[in-house]
Amino acid sequence: MSGATEGVLVERLSAWYGRVQALKEVDMDVPPNRVTAVIGPSGCGKSTLIRCFNRMHETISAARVCGKVILNGVDIYSPEVDPVQIRRSVGMVFQRPNPFPTMSIFDNVAAGIKLTRFHRGSELAESVERSLRRAALWDEVKDKLKDSGVALSGGQQQRLCIARALAVDPGVLLMDEPCSALDPIASYKIEELITELRGDYTIVIVTHNMQQASRVADHTAFMLAGEDGIGKLVEFGETKQVFTNPRDKRTEDYITGRFG
Amino acid sequence: MTIVREGMKIISATKKRSRLRGENLPDVTFRLVALAFAGLIVLLVLAMAIAMAKSSWPAIQQFGLGFLVGRTWDPVFKNFGALPFIYGTIVSSLLALLLAVPVSLGSAIFLAELAPAWVRGPISLMIELLAAIPSVVFGIWGIFVLNPWLRTSVEPMLGNNFGFFPLFQGPMYGLGMLSAGLILAIMIVPTITAISREVLMAVPNSQREAMLALGATRWEMISKAVVSYARPGIVGAVVLGLGRAVGETMAVTMVIGNRHEISASLFAPGHTMASVIANEFSEATYNLYLAALVETGLVLLFVTILLNALARLLVWRIAGGPKGAQRE
Repeated sequence: MSGATEGVLVERLSAWYGRVQALKEVDMDVPPNRVTAVIGPSGCGKSTLIRCFNRMHETISAARVCGKVILNGVDIYSPEVDPVQIRRSVGMVFQRPNPFPTMSIFDNVAAGIKLTRFHRGSELAESVERSLRRAALWDEVKDKLKDSGVALSGGQQQRLCIARALAVDPGVLLMDEPCSALDPIASYKIEELITELRGDYTIVIVTHNMQQASRVADHTAFMLAGEDGIGKLVEFGETKQVFTNPRDKRTEDYITGRFG
Repeated sequence: MTIVREGMKIISATKKRSRLRGENLPDVTFRLVALAFAGLIVLLVLAMAIAMAKSSWPAIQQFGLGFLVGRTWDPVFKNFGALPFIYGTIVSSLLALLLAVPVSLGSAIFLAELAPAWVRGPISLMIELLAAIPSVVFGIWGIFVLNPWLRTSVEPMLGNNFGFFPLFQGPMYGLGMLSAGLILAIMIVPTITAISREVLMAVPNSQREAMLALGATRWEMISKAVVSYARPGIVGAVVLGLGRAVGETMAVTMVIGNRHEISASLFAPGHTMASVIANEFSEATYNLYLAALVETGLVLLFVTILLNALARLLVWRIAGGPKGAQRE
């Protein structure tokens, strides 16, 4: 496993969908090999923020970004950087499990490795097994690797997607509300898995579940859309501090349930 | 009569079921009316097949299975074999598919995945317009534009460069199998393109994002995530195109050259089942001749059904994906 040596440094990051601004001047220093949660009410730009970390934001038509995201010393938005390479070192897991329905479980995990074209059959099988073990799914699927990925339960599908993302050895793993489509037990398993992966990967998880953030995250970022509807970072700090002793009044209001 | 018995069975089963579900009278009436209409369609097809079998009976009796493998079609000596037409239908349709599928898939992928919005609308509209052109217009265009071009440019080029293949040998008339295949290809491109485009656009965005997030290029995303997800629908689109090519009559009759012989060369004139019926039914002066033509129609009906069934099987086998796969 290639652990991330550096985190993600965000400088004055703004993002737009066409003319609508979604993020304004976010500054943030995501620490390496730790879990960072991004919380906040719906529409505050949390998903937009992490989609800027692997340049997925710009895949939406008319979407654009201004500012810097520095990964391993390189600004991923500088012109000579290829977004395809960035996405190989920054994995992503989405809100709804999205395995490839025409592929088997094995092929789902192997999909990313096959894109790089530097693989041999035996190495491929090893990487697939290793990724499935990392995603705590191996024991459940080892006898049916040739079955379709969509035949699994929702929670298993999400862990399959995590295995798929881990298979290409990313240093950073982005998770966009990975439990929002899952039942509590499946969510618990994903949380357990995040705790397992902590230390080897820089994980950024978007969640609107504050308990989840306080359980899994070392650091927490609280975001809020202002009067103008544009998302801003309100507070960023160690999870314990953000939840017990917030510096900002708005953070306190949110975590004590006064709004949102 | 079996159908009536089956129908009664369904009605009584329906009654039982509806009592269990506590359905009311309007529901039951609706169910029965829908059943009647569905049954009507089945009856229509059966009635048609029976009527055709009846009027082709003299030919069936006279030639038996020999009709399907007989290579002579001679109204003067009252000897009829339909193999040249079966061959012609299969070859012209396959040729049309060979030419049309790459073009259609390419334009469908362009329209669904690559084209900017302002290009997408006009091009889609034009492709749909192509489907609305009456086939006789295609035929006229074939005779006056396509055939001279084939005769003077395409066929000499193919003959000079690939003349060692039997496919590209012999005299070049312009009229012939190649011409029919090309016209058919142009006619089925809109069908295949329009449906494939719809199917591609229906692929959920989450699939595209999943592939992109793994570090796929745009091309890898399209080929590995989008097209493979859409494969069953694309196969369906191709089958529909094939169905149109097999049954197409007017344009083919006008350009295929109308000869009752099997020739290995694509340059040679031929006949399809549809074109021979259209061409000759008005000249069928005696009963056996007419019966032979109707039997050709019957064979065409069966070939169409067979092709559709085969394609359906292909969709199940190939596109079904790994065990347990099902769409969300």
